[in-house]
Amino acid sequence: MVEKSIDISSKRDRTNSARAPRRAIELIGASKTYRSGSIEFEALRGIDLTIDVGEYVAIMGPSGSGKSTIMNILGCLDTLTTGEYRLGGDDVDDLDEIDLAAIRNEQIGFVFQQFNLMPSLSAWRNVEVPLMYARVPKDDRKVRAERALERVGLGDRLNNRPGELSGGQQQRVAVARALVSEPTIILADEPTGNLDSVSTMDVLALFDELHEAGRTIVLITHELEVAQRARRIVWVRDGEIQRDEVNAA
Amino acid sequence: MNWSETLRISWAAVRSHGLRSILTVLGILIGIAAVILTVGLGLGTQKDVSAQISSLGSNLLIVSPGSSTSTTGIRGGFGTSSTLTLADSQALATSVSTPDIKGVAAEKTTPLALTANGTNWTTSVTGVTSSWLSVRARTLSSGSFITAANDTNSSAVVVLGSQTATQLFGSQNVVGQIVTINSKSFTVIGVLASVGSNSSSNLDDVAIVPMSTAANELIGGASSASVSTVYIEAKSAAQLSAAYQEADSLLLNLHGISNSANADFTISSQDALVSTATSVYRTLTVLLTGIAGLSLLVGGIGVMNIMLVSVTERTKEIGLRKALGAPPWAIRRQFLIEAAILGLSGGLLGALLGVVAAMALPGIIGSSVVISPGAVGLSIGVAIAIGVTFGVYPATRAAKLAPIDALRTE
Repeated sequence: MVEKSIDISSKRDRTNSARAPRRAIELIGASKTYRSGSIEFEALRGIDLTIDVGEYVAIMGPSGSGKSTIMNILGCLDTLTTGEYRLGGDDVDDLDEIDLAAIRNEQIGFVFQQFNLMPSLSAWRNVEVPLMYARVPKDDRKVRAERALERVGLGDRLNNRPGELSGGQQQRVAVARALVSEPTIILADEPTGNLDSVSTMDVLALFDELHEAGRTIVLITHELEVAQRARRIVWVRDGEIQRDEVNAA
Repeated sequence: MNWSETLRISWAAVRSHGLRSILTVLGILIGIAAVILTVGLGLGTQKDVSAQISSLGSNLLIVSPGSSTSTTGIRGGFGTSSTLTLADSQALATSVSTPDIKGVAAEKTTPLALTANGTNWTTSVTGVTSSWLSVRARTLSSGSFITAANDTNSSAVVVLGSQTATQLFGSQNVVGQIVTINSKSFTVIGVLASVGSNSSSNLDDVAIVPMSTAANELIGGASSASVSTVYIEAKSAAQLSAAYQEADSLLLNLHGISNSANADFTISSQDALVSTATSVYRTLTVLLTGIAGLSLLVGGIGVMNIMLVSVTERTKEIGLRKALGAPPWAIRRQFLIEAAILGLSGGLLGALLGVVAAMALPGIIGSSVVISPGAVGLSIGVAIAIGVTFGVYPATRAAKLAPIDALRTE
């Protein structure tokens, strides 16, 4: 799973060559239409998007652009109206809720804007939650949760509850939780939206490190400053991909 | 996610809303305690009544003179005529046609004044044969009982009920004392052990004398050969109805009556009394338990209400758990266990309250309460079942929440 840093320039070529890198995500003609009574709203209008293993991609766009819909689709929290979605090479369309739960558990690590930690649980208890649903044995879970927290620099805060941690630290606990099940992708939805500038830099530096270590990261944001930390930026507007470019910065 | 982990999470959720959980549990608790208490009271009353009726003696048939089913209009009412005689009683005891009868005891009762050391006390003076003690299942607390020889000789001896002895002498240690009845002196030879009173008479306030003494010295007159009641003891409970048939046909034969509808005696069994009383109290118990059961239903609705609140309140947590990979069944199980915990707590505390109240109540209202372990176990089971049943809908609702909608709520 850990593929070392990939030559980014080669990835602009979407044709399948013999030495094509492994695909983490493939969206083909993806459309999503929401119905509310008689009103139809087309959130995604047939987009194609491919993200390879080891990439660090930011999906940029103003609110209402469809980037949250992309996030929900990529995270298997919602399904496409038409089109195909392949995650780690497997087609995940037409799966039922039980299978989708398993896919979310094994292949996706979520990082949310609101951190979404459970306030009554200590840091390591929060981090072990995905492993509980994966039926990992108890002792194993604790070791892996501790290792994930050490990885994000919180090895000394294992037993602190979220209320006893700063915003930046809480988000790092959330990142540890996203990492702990070794997912195919880490999906971060406005991860710095609730953080001050110091904590923002802190969390983005952590993403840089994870990227260096070969993780696939998809970052959804509306802040250019944040998006520019990624190696590739996909601009979304009105449910379509407007631009898809290598980040020069 | 195994059961013990789910249990830990659910328990934490119940504890995090202490007051709310306690109030919900209270609804179940009151219902369970009420059910245990009403069932216990019903069983206790049934037991009391059966015990009182059984105190007459076991496997007993009671023959009374007269009939309660008069068809001719010329016979005396139940218990008032003198159609039953000592000869009837002796025939019942000795006839070869009554193989299922174990013992027969005749009683001849009249209220008379007793005097001892200047103290007067009026009680029912009862003439009996020596078989009376065993047929009526009585025991002596001191002294001895009337013997067949006493009866033959019309001895002036008396056996006192425990209350009669206390009233006359101030103590029960009275064997050898002299009691005057109808200006005739009787020697006290024994005292009966106390058994309490049944619904119709005080079994501890009696003076027992030999049958012949009662007939010759105390009652006399035209009715000297008649007896007021004949008690028949069957050999076993199974032989009771056979004994009934035998006694009935023998007495009809002796009295020269061909149509049993014209019988001048009545045979009743204590079984009939017990079953009548039992069915009355059973109906009452069922009625009261039904009402108590309604309060359990209300408690169950309380659980459902609180579980729905809990699901709504934790929509975001449900969304998060789903995003982290919780399948629907894991969410459903989490909330079902939470409901079951509420039900179980209510059941355990309710059973505790019910048992404590059942132990305290007899001292307050003077009626026995019977707590059966089965009923307590069952009601705890019912409490869990109520929690789970009323938890199914909220838990299913939680399990069905779409993860994006759930995550989006604030």
